[in-house]
Amino acid sequence: MSEASGPVLIAPEERPIRQVALLLWRDKFAFVAAAYLSIVAFFAVFGPWLVGDLATSLNLRLRNAPPGSIEHGWAFVLGADALGRSILARLIVASQNTLGIAAAAVCAAMICGGTLGLIAGYVGKWPGAIIMRFTDVLMSFPSLLLALVVLFVFEPGVKNVIIVLAITRIPIYLRTTRAEVLEIRERMFVTAARVMGAGSIRIVLRHVVPIVAPTLVTIAAIDFALVMLAESALSFLGVGIQPPEFTWGAMVALGRNYLGSAWWLAFWPGLAIMLTTLALNLLSSWARMATDPTQRWRLEITDKYDG
Amino acid sequence: MGQYISRRSVHGLVSLIGLLILVFFLSRLTGDPTNLFLPLDASVETRQEFAERHGFNDPLLVQFGRYIGDLAQFDFGTSLRQQRPAMDAALEAFPTTLKLAAVTMFLAISLALIVGALAAYRPGGRFDRTASVISLAGASAPDFWVAIVGILVFAVSLRWLPTSGTGTWLHWIMPITVLLIRPFGLLVQVVRGTMISALSSAYVKTARAKGVKERVIIFVHALRNSTLPVITVAGDQAAAIVNGAVIVETIFGWPGIGRLMIDSIIQRDFAIVQATVLLTAVAIFVMNIVIDVAYAVLDPRIRHN
Repeated sequence: MSEASGPVLIAPEERPIRQVALLLWRDKFAFVAAAYLSIVAFFAVFGPWLVGDLATSLNLRLRNAPPGSIEHGWAFVLGADALGRSILARLIVASQNTLGIAAAAVCAAMICGGTLGLIAGYVGKWPGAIIMRFTDVLMSFPSLLLALVVLFVFEPGVKNVIIVLAITRIPIYLRTTRAEVLEIRERMFVTAARVMGAGSIRIVLRHVVPIVAPTLVTIAAIDFALVMLAESALSFLGVGIQPPEFTWGAMVALGRNYLGSAWWLAFWPGLAIMLTTLALNLLSSWARMATDPTQRWRLEITDKYDG
Repeated sequence: MGQYISRRSVHGLVSLIGLLILVFFLSRLTGDPTNLFLPLDASVETRQEFAERHGFNDPLLVQFGRYIGDLAQFDFGTSLRQQRPAMDAALEAFPTTLKLAAVTMFLAISLALIVGALAAYRPGGRFDRTASVISLAGASAPDFWVAIVGILVFAVSLRWLPTSGTGTWLHWIMPITVLLIRPFGLLVQVVRGTMISALSSAYVKTARAKGVKERVIIFVHALRNSTLPVITVAGDQAAAIVNGAVIVETIFGWPGIGRLMIDSIIQRDFAIVQATVLLTAVAIFVMNIVIDVAYAVLDPRIRHN
């Protein structure tokens, strides 16, 4: 690339980021959501490394210590559980499992569903028919129940929970991919590529996948919250994550036994689940508005109802 | 229209059969039920005799063939735990869940239509923004946690409502509220979205120019055209309510099909697991057909194809 074209390329690169930040700032809810999610994401990555010891150290003198006091240090501001472990530290450590499982399940579902959808859409014929009947079966039944039945077959644990959650989400990606592929493969550039002698694999990878991928990523972002809720429900019912591993959902299940005496055991992890899901939903509805040309002006003008 | 419905029914039937196959083989993989039902010190002969009597020794395919044969004669197997036909147990629990789901969906749809329509009337206004945040919070709340917090506040602290069980109408309040939250939140967003586009359409402008009252424009002209997407989402949510029913029935101790299913999965009661899965799947299948008919009735484009 010539030196002259360098600065011209950088300028439009910089502006979109500023523009996105500005649009985010305009919507205060979305801004708070983004800030909250950044903190949660930070703890999900570094949490166990920072407070891992604190989350597992027993302190029997602080059994079921109530929240709201910092007499025993900031770690116990949200109280302590039945074994005197800091709830705040456990929340931070659990965020890694909670978010990690959801992320892994969504990625797995996106990749498997996308691949199967490509086959069903591009190849069609009997493989396509088999794949579509398979998704019909998966979709004909409530996903949580399907996961329940399947999880009793496999040993519950991190790996199997991921697999089961991924399977229940595959149909969404599969159907979207197939629908898009059916349309894309009739387009002119695909025909042109075929006329020029490109093989099926090359056409799919070079011409079809780059168009389908952004749609799938968008769905995955919305799906993430849903999968997180599903994992929490499974762990709550006792068929998800098993001790010594724990997630926010498993913490609620544990706290349920102390509902009458120590409400904070079940309350905080549930609140963490709800706030994270809410933040994800707020952010995705903001993103939908910001990328929709017919709605975007609502963010760009100064809001008259603020005044 | 008849052809359309029958084609959809055949599709549904194929997935129903696929589901039965899936659940049969999955549940047989969970381990030998003999060990679960006989005491630890039972002799080898007793175990053999037990497995033989219930056909657990035959190859899986033979067991499956027998199961399908029985199904064809409306015999859904016998529960090992309860010593009675599995379908009886499932049918006994079914009305409880059905009532719960019907009341919840009725309330969720009516409330969502009103709130969503009013929110869409002035997008970005105070009511809209409040409704959006509340509906988003509703769609994000983990139902088991809402149930627990509900028990904490209304049963343990205030003592207004009973913690669990059935009987009086007071027992209905918390389960329905908990079940209601998510479908309500999602439906409000759908209603709001379709209403915003309906209210900015040409026929609403025409109605306004003719001097039709605003109330009539919102609830008659615009809302009627927004019902189709609402029905789709409501149908999805009605099926998904069984998910919520499992949790709500477990927490509030309701003798519904969700709890029966969890209990029999834990106790490895194959016959009941299969019967409940079959019953739920058939109920969802029937509901989908009703939705398809509703579509055809409401949308002339489908009716005339």
